[in-house]
This record gives sequence, structure tokens and C-alpha cells, in this order.
Amino acid sequence: MASPFIIDRSSVTQVMAWVLAALLPGIAVYVWLFGPGILVTLSLATVTALAAEAVMLKARGYPAKPFLMDLSAIVTAWLLALSLPSLAPWWLIVTGTLFAIVVAKHLYGGLGQNIFNPAMVGYAVLIVSFPVQMTQWAGPLELTATPLTLAQSASVIFGGDVPKATLDAVTMATPLDALRTGLLQQHTVDEIMTQSIFGHYGGIGFEWLAGAFLLGGLVLWALRIISWQVPLAFLAGIWLAAGFLHFFDAGRFGAPWFHLFAPSVMLGAFFIATDPVSGATTPRGKLIFGFGAGLLTIIIRTWGGYPDGVAFAILLMNLCVPLIDQYTQPRVYGETKKTRAPPA
Amino acid sequence: MITAILVMVAIAVVTGLVLGWSAIRFKVEGNPLAEKIDAILPQTQCGQCGFPGCRPYAEAIAKGEADINQCPPGGEEGVKKLAELLGVEPKPLDETHGTPKPKSVAFIDEQTCIGCTLCIQACPVDAISGAAKQMHTIIAVECTGCELCLPPCPVDCITMVPIAEDLPHWKWKHPVVMLKQVSGEARA
Amino acid sequence: MSRELFKFKGGVHPPEHKAESNTRPVHAAPLPKKLVIPLRQHIGNPAKPVVEVGDRVLKGQLIGAADGYISAAVHASSSGIVSAIGPAVVPHVSGLPDECITLSTDGLDEWIVHAPLDYRAMEPSDLRMRLRDLGIAGLGGAVFPSAVKLDPGATHSCPTLILNGGECEPWITCDDVLMRTRADDILQGVAVMRHLLGSTEILIGIEDNKPEAIAAMQAAAQKMDYAIEVVAVPAIYPGGGAKQLIKTLTGREVPSGKLSTDIGIQVFNVGTAYALARAVHHGEPLISRLVTVTGHVLRPQNMEVLIGTPMHTLITLAGDRDGTTGVLMGGPMMGMPMPDLDVPVVKATNCILVKSRDLFPPLPAALPCIRCTRCADACPAELQPQELFRFAKTGDFGRAQEYHLFDCIECGCCSYVCPSHIPLVDFYRYAKSEIWAREKEKRAADLARERHEFRQFRLEREKKEKAEKLAAKAQAKRAELAAAPATEGPAQTDADAKKALIAAALARAQAKKAEVAPKNVDHLPPEKQREIEEIEARRAKIRELARQPLETDEKKS
Repeated sequence: MASPFIIDRSSVTQVMAWVLAALLPGIAVYVWLFGPGILVTLSLATVTALAAEAVMLKARGYPAKPFLMDLSAIVTAWLLALSLPSLAPWWLIVTGTLFAIVVAKHLYGGLGQNIFNPAMVGYAVLIVSFPVQMTQWAGPLELTATPLTLAQSASVIFGGDVPKATLDAVTMATPLDALRTGLLQQHTVDEIMTQSIFGHYGGIGFEWLAGAFLLGGLVLWALRIISWQVPLAFLAGIWLAAGFLHFFDAGRFGAPWFHLFAPSVMLGAFFIATDPVSGATTPRGKLIFGFGAGLLTIIIRTWGGYPDGVAFAILLMNLCVPLIDQYTQPRVYGETKKTRAPPA
Repeated sequence: MITAILVMVAIAVVTGLVLGWSAIRFKVEGNPLAEKIDAILPQTQCGQCGFPGCRPYAEAIAKGEADINQCPPGGEEGVKKLAELLGVEPKPLDETHGTPKPKSVAFIDEQTCIGCTLCIQACPVDAISGAAKQMHTIIAVECTGCELCLPPCPVDCITMVPIAEDLPHWKWKHPVVMLKQVSGEARA
Repeated sequence: MSRELFKFKGGVHPPEHKAESNTRPVHAAPLPKKLVIPLRQHIGNPAKPVVEVGDRVLKGQLIGAADGYISAAVHASSSGIVSAIGPAVVPHVSGLPDECITLSTDGLDEWIVHAPLDYRAMEPSDLRMRLRDLGIAGLGGAVFPSAVKLDPGATHSCPTLILNGGECEPWITCDDVLMRTRADDILQGVAVMRHLLGSTEILIGIEDNKPEAIAAMQAAAQKMDYAIEVVAVPAIYPGGGAKQLIKTLTGREVPSGKLSTDIGIQVFNVGTAYALARAVHHGEPLISRLVTVTGHVLRPQNMEVLIGTPMHTLITLAGDRDGTTGVLMGGPMMGMPMPDLDVPVVKATNCILVKSRDLFPPLPAALPCIRCTRCADACPAELQPQELFRFAKTGDFGRAQEYHLFDCIECGCCSYVCPSHIPLVDFYRYAKSEIWAREKEKRAADLARERHEFRQFRLEREKKEKAEKLAAKAQAKRAELAAAPATEGPAQTDADAKKALIAAALARAQAKKAEVAPKNVDHLPPEKQREIEEIEARRAKIRELARQPLETDEKKS
């Protein structure tokens, strides 16, 4: 091996650890405003992901230790867990995580080779296959008379004997669900927004969760773990698309701030769309990638079959990455028109 | 029904005319496929493929009269390139035509050479200089290592010398880094 | 300093480690018993030896002459006897031997007669040839023959001359120390460069982590009767790369695949300017240079070292320590691991860096690329290293070239920042050398094809010409014979005419054969002579045998 003989101290493990750390404020707010149930989901997803990763590494003949140490499986598990409804049954969590790690990551070649974001693949598979179970969201504590304890949450998740009345008392439609259902029932946005779930910008509790993810994302940006292009373009895409629609018909389309302050958007903008493996690599490409994902999110939310579109939007943009990268190759030092090779 | 048939016929006629016209308009002189194949062949001109030189072999491949795996100097990589060009599956070299050898150049032992010019006549690239009754010498940079000069030599004074790696010809090797060796388990 | 500076993209800040070696005074390394002087120390054709084994040579005597325009001469670094001419291990990663001239020094260090050059009176091309014959080549690392770089060409002018005192690589301080201690000499060299290039603007770029060097150069610059601007540039690796320094100082970029002279800028290392000054003002060839010996040694320092000195003597001099894990020539970012410590110091040797486990811990195992593009952010050539890596790894060299592989300066920034610890530069070096090898092969194949086609054409032509000639001759002969039928009688037939033709031809051939005396047979040893006679006898016999059936045939008819 030849030069260079010195390296910076950074490592994949360090990058992934920072991503996990940046998720902590979001998790804390989640627990504070929605109850401790999410901790069960997170733990279950983590254990499943590590086990799946270990088995797949063994099966593919890779050494387990350096790859388990890189923490990338845990990042996938957490991102999936935070996207799932907080009271989703255990088998839903396990299935989603297994699909993410086994199919979306390892069958595509493992770390660095997957063209789709594994967490989003897991999420997409679940929402397409089990749409009903994917609505078991615990409502914000502020609106819940008798919040679930950690043990009760675990019991719900693991299919324990929980009275239906108790469950009904805590589960609630998310703001995006509420908006979608309301619009389908021919209500105007203003009418829908009078429902108790809605807060200043987004839903009660949800907007704070979004804010916590935003905070964690800004930390990652300040540390240069993620680039500024993807989150900014993603948020801009959402704001502009939603704003455009809202401007023309405020009665039928939600306000841009409302769309922006959904937790899935902040999580998507700073933690999922910024996944380097499945995202664009060139500076301009990152802008296109982020903007496209934002635009598609609003399109899917507005006209698609699902209340939220972040996952599908990102997966669709993942598909476009090779094309985007190829056509956005930056100018190199000393490049002139003559030496510029046409993209082939 | 009849309209459909008429439309189909009309389309057939029009496309036929366009094809015919473009065949004349965009006619390419020579055989571009043979040319492309010839560009891949190593130009050793050794005849191991069974043809008198690289060009005839290229033409035979283009016509489908020869297989792509008959060129030992081109090696497996050459077969792969030909397969890629022709859109066929690569196959292992046909050993009846010889096996790849390290690249060599001919060397004439000037003590033994009697100056018979037989090798000069055999050399396909005129890489041997000399005249009757004078010692012959290989022009090393022009020698393709085809070995065609070996059989005619009446005194066996020509040997093939493998080209040794020296500084100007030294190459960086493909870095060996990846993970698999750590596991000690090779995936065949 | 009012000059506006520009920023090039990318770059990294590795720990500098300059203080270890730049405070100790410079000493000349003692004369070694043996000097190994490689003939290929520069870019271009290797020098051709002009001495023979056993010759006594003097210090500064030409021992290898420059071969062609892009070449440089090599000289004896001290007086002594030529003890060997042939392959020896040279400072190169491959560990392969290369042609060297080995001197056994006699300890007298006796100079050959040398005199300063009156460069202002000399024809520029003569001066450049003199510099080539004095072995002057770039001492910054690339070792490009300076004479070539000092030629502004017929159409180009070179208004801007940049002196590179950047020295951005960690650990290395030889340029820093040179500027501190020999600033005036450096500027003497600059004067010669200015004279040859006709430059109107002279900039000296020095990284701002070398305040003493900047002060020394500024003081020296004030003594000159023309403007020299000493500019402190921000310390960032690879700010001392020629292209990066040009961008920093002028805001301009060298077009891809072109030379800096194409935009009217020429860059020289400060060490080269110093060597030039020695050559012009003292007539001394390039036989020594400043070398930083640092890293895992007791007394890191700079030494004035004769070219050809074995590296281990310098390490011993600086105080070798236990726990050495290898030696680099150059810095940690772009240096080369040395295959052997017997290898000599050459013109390119700016630093001998001794490694230890503490200073250079082994690099962690590589993980797959996660496309984080930190390498792209760090790349001073503004490439997309992650893509180049993908193409190089899979052997897709065409795509690699499309993505500007050859604009890579191998500075190592990408590998330095890679969180997956992939030896990216190794992949680029591999891809480059593979592409070069293939191009070489392609050229050889094209040459072979051309020569083969020409041979086919020649054989065809010869056949045709022969046939034509024969036909014409036969015609002429027949006409001749037909013109004189009376002498031979009326019995003359067509067949007879043919026979006569053959006979005439045979006679001619015989005469010719007799004329061709074997050549290359003068002054042969008796046994060789005997061998030849034997072969001749054998041939005569064969000829005899060959003729016999013909004669019998004739008798029969």
C-alpha cells in the first residue's frame, strides 16, 4: 500500500454514531409528548436489525465484527422505528426491519451497495401490505386521558390482552391522516384544522417532534456529517409545492407550514434523504434529488393513495440517482469546454 | 379489415423504401465489423488461429467462419473483448490453437547465425534486419513475439526471451483491500 | 500584503510536524565510501553513461550525458573510481533495479575545473543546453528537466514567474530551511529564470506557517533592483501543488491537459532556483541537495547531501531508533515507501521520513464506500473520487477517463478523509498505469499492423515488378535473337531462344555470386575462420549436389 500514510480520525462508525446521537432529541421529545411506547419499538427494531445483519454477514462470508461495529444497521432500525406508528404490533416491526436489512441492504450487496434507502423500503413494504396496522398511532399525551405506561405499550405491541377501549382511547389519526380523511369528506382545510389534533403549524405534539428532528439535523449539518443541499432542497420542494397549491386553493390544499412541520418531513429531510449511499453525490445532484423528493412528497400526499409520501418520494428519487449524478458532474479544476466529455 | 391491411402494406412499403434508401445513402465502405475485430486482435500476426495473420482471422470471425477463442496472444481478455463486441458469451481459449505465453521478443544468437535470410522472409512485420551472409538482428521494439522465425532457422539460433519487468514498464497492481480476506473465506 | 488571494477548492489540514526538523542547523552529511548515482533521476530519457568501470572521476565530472531534449545529465558527486555501471536498487516503490553508476570515493573530494557562466552574454538556447548538461531538474518532486521549462517557446511568453516555497507536505522542511538560510542565492537563480523567460511579474508563494522564511525572502527581495513579491499563502495541503499555488496567487486555472505556460505562468521550486544559481554563478552541476531527515529519529534535521548517498547513512547520522516500521522518501501524503535502505538519495529526495508505530499507526481495515462524498469535498482537482474509485475498481477505465482521472494529482486528500479508509489513490495509480500500459500495447499493435500491411503490399509489389521485369526482359531478348537469325542459322526456334535466355541468366547469377564476398568475417579468430570454412565447404557440396540432377537432365535431352 502506498501513500498517503496518515488519515483523518473519521470513520464510518463515527459518522453513524453522530447520526444516532442526532436522533436522540427527537426520541426524547417523542417519549415526553407521546409516551414511552416508542422505546419498545426502537429496541425491538434494533435487536432485529443487528441479528439480521449478523446472519446475513455470516451467510455472505463477511466478517461480522467490523460491519456490526459500523452501526449502519442500527441507523436503519431507528429510522424505520421512528417512521412506524408508535403502537404498531411487534411482527410489523420485525417484518419491516427484516425486509430492510435482508432484502433492501444485503441482497443488494450490503453496506454501500443498496440503491434504495433500506428503512424506507421496509416502511413502503409495510404500508402497502398492512395499511390498517400502519395506522396505530398513539395520540399526543395532551389529548389522551389515560396515557399508556411503558409496560402497557409493550403489551400492546406484543399483542397482549389490552382492552379495546383502552387502545381506542390512546390511538388517534395523525394530522396528515385527519387532513386526508377530511378532504375526502369534502370538508375545507379550515374546517379540518379546527379539530383538536391540530396545533400551531402541524399537529399538537407532532410539530414539536418535527422541531426536535430539525434540531438534530442542524447539528449533523454543523458537523458536516450531512450536506446542506439535500435538506434545504427537500424542505424548499415541500414548501414551494405546498405553497403553490395552497395559494391557488386554500380550501383544498393544506398550508405549506403544516406540510413542513410533519415529523416525517424533518426526519426525511435531515436523516433519510441525506443517506449518502442511496442519494445523489454531486452538489447540483443533491439539490435536484432533495427538491424532487420534496415535490413528490406533496404530490403523493395530495393525489396519492397514502396520507404521507416521504418514503415513496425518496424511493422514487433513489431510482433517479444514477441519472442525476451522470448529468450533474461538476466542472473539474482547469476544465474547459473543449475538455468536457459529454455524459455517456 | 381491408383498411387495416392497406395501412400495414403502406407502412411496410414506406419503411422498406426508407431502409433501401438509407442502405444506399449511408453505405459504409469495407467491412466495419472486421475492422473493429481487427482493432481488438493483438496484431501479433502469428497465425496460431489458423489464418495467415490477424486481419484474415478478423474477417473470418466477422463472417462467422471462425470462433472468437482462437487467439492465444490476445488471451482471455481478448476473448472477453471480442465477446463484448459481438454480443456473445465469452468462452475459454481453444487450447488446440495454443496457450497464452508471457510476452516475449525473439533474440538471434549472433555467434550461430549463418545469415541465411530465411527468418527475414518469415517475419510478418519485417522486424529482422540483415542481408545474405550477414548477421541478422531483431528490431526488438517491432518484434511481436509471433515465433514464426523459429521453425525456418536452419541452425536454431533464435530464442524467445520473455520481456522482463523493468522500471519504465512497471505497473501499479490492483490494490488488495477488500474485506473478504479478513473473513478468510473466499467466494468462488 | 495587498495582493488579493484566491482559494482553491478542497484541501485538508493534516498535522504539520514541521517544528521537529526546522530548528536544527544545516550540516553537510559526511562523504560516504560509496555513491550510487542512478541514470534515471528525472522525467524523460535516462542519461547515457560516458565513463567506464575503472575510470577515475572528479567531483562534478559528467558521468552520464543527457539523451535528447527532455533529459538531464548526471555527475559524479565526489571524486573516486567508477566501480560499477549497471542495475542497482533505486528509490522507487517497485523495488526494481535500474541503471546506476557506482563510485568508490577516494575521500579527496577533488573538484573538476569549473567556472561560472556569463549567462547574460550567452545565447538562450546555449544556456539552456548548458543547464541540461549541468543536470538541473525540478527539485520539488517531479524532477522535470529545468532547461525545458525555461524555454518560453517561440509563440508563448511567460509574463508570470512563480517561485514555489509552499512546502505543504507535513514533516518536510528542506525548502523552509533553504529559504531561511540561502535566500540571496535563491533570488540569484530567479534572476536567471527571469532572464530566460522574460517574466515581468515575479511572485514567491510561501505558506504562512513559515514566517522566518517569509521574512528572509522579503529581506533578500528588497535588495533586488526589480520587483519581487513575496506572498504569504494560507497553509493548507496541497497548497504547494503547482496548480493550486497558481490558483491561489493569480485566481487562474491551468486548463486540463495543458501546461501552465499556456496561460503565461511558469512555476519553479525554490530548491531548483538555488541549484540554478549554483550552476550559473559557480558552474557547479547538481550534485547535492538539502534533505530533511525526520520522523522516528533522535535528531530530526536538514542535511546537505551528495546525490548518491545511501539513505541509511543519513538515518544513522540523525540517530536511528528502535521501533522503526519503514522509511518514506517524501512526506506522508505523497511519499513513497523505500524498498531498501541502501537506496541512494536522488535529485527528487526532499525528505527521508522514518516511520514508527506511534507516528504512523497502521491504517484500519477498509470498509465499502458509502458515497459520503467527503473525498469530493477534499479533492483539490475538484474531481468525484468516489466515482473514479468505482470505475477503477471494476476496471471501467474508459469511464474513469471520462471522469477526468488524469486530472488527479495523487495528493492523497481523498484517502486522508475517507471514513471507510479506502486507499483511493492506490486505485487511481493502478487505473492510470493500466491505461498507459494499454495505450502502449495499442500503439505496438498499430505499429505491427502497419508493418504487416506494408509487408503484404511490398510482397505483392515485388511479385508484380518481378513478373513485369521478366516479361520485358524476355521480350527484349527475343527481339535481339530475332534480329540476328542469320548467324545462328534458320534452325533457331523459340525453344532455343528460351534456353539461351536461361543460360545467360545462369551465367549472370554465377558471376554475381562470385562477387558477393562474405562480409563481417574480417579479423575472426582462427577457430571461427575454420568454422566458416567448414560451412562454406558444406554449402559448396550442397550446391554441387543441387547442380548434378540438372546436368544429368541436360545430358539426357
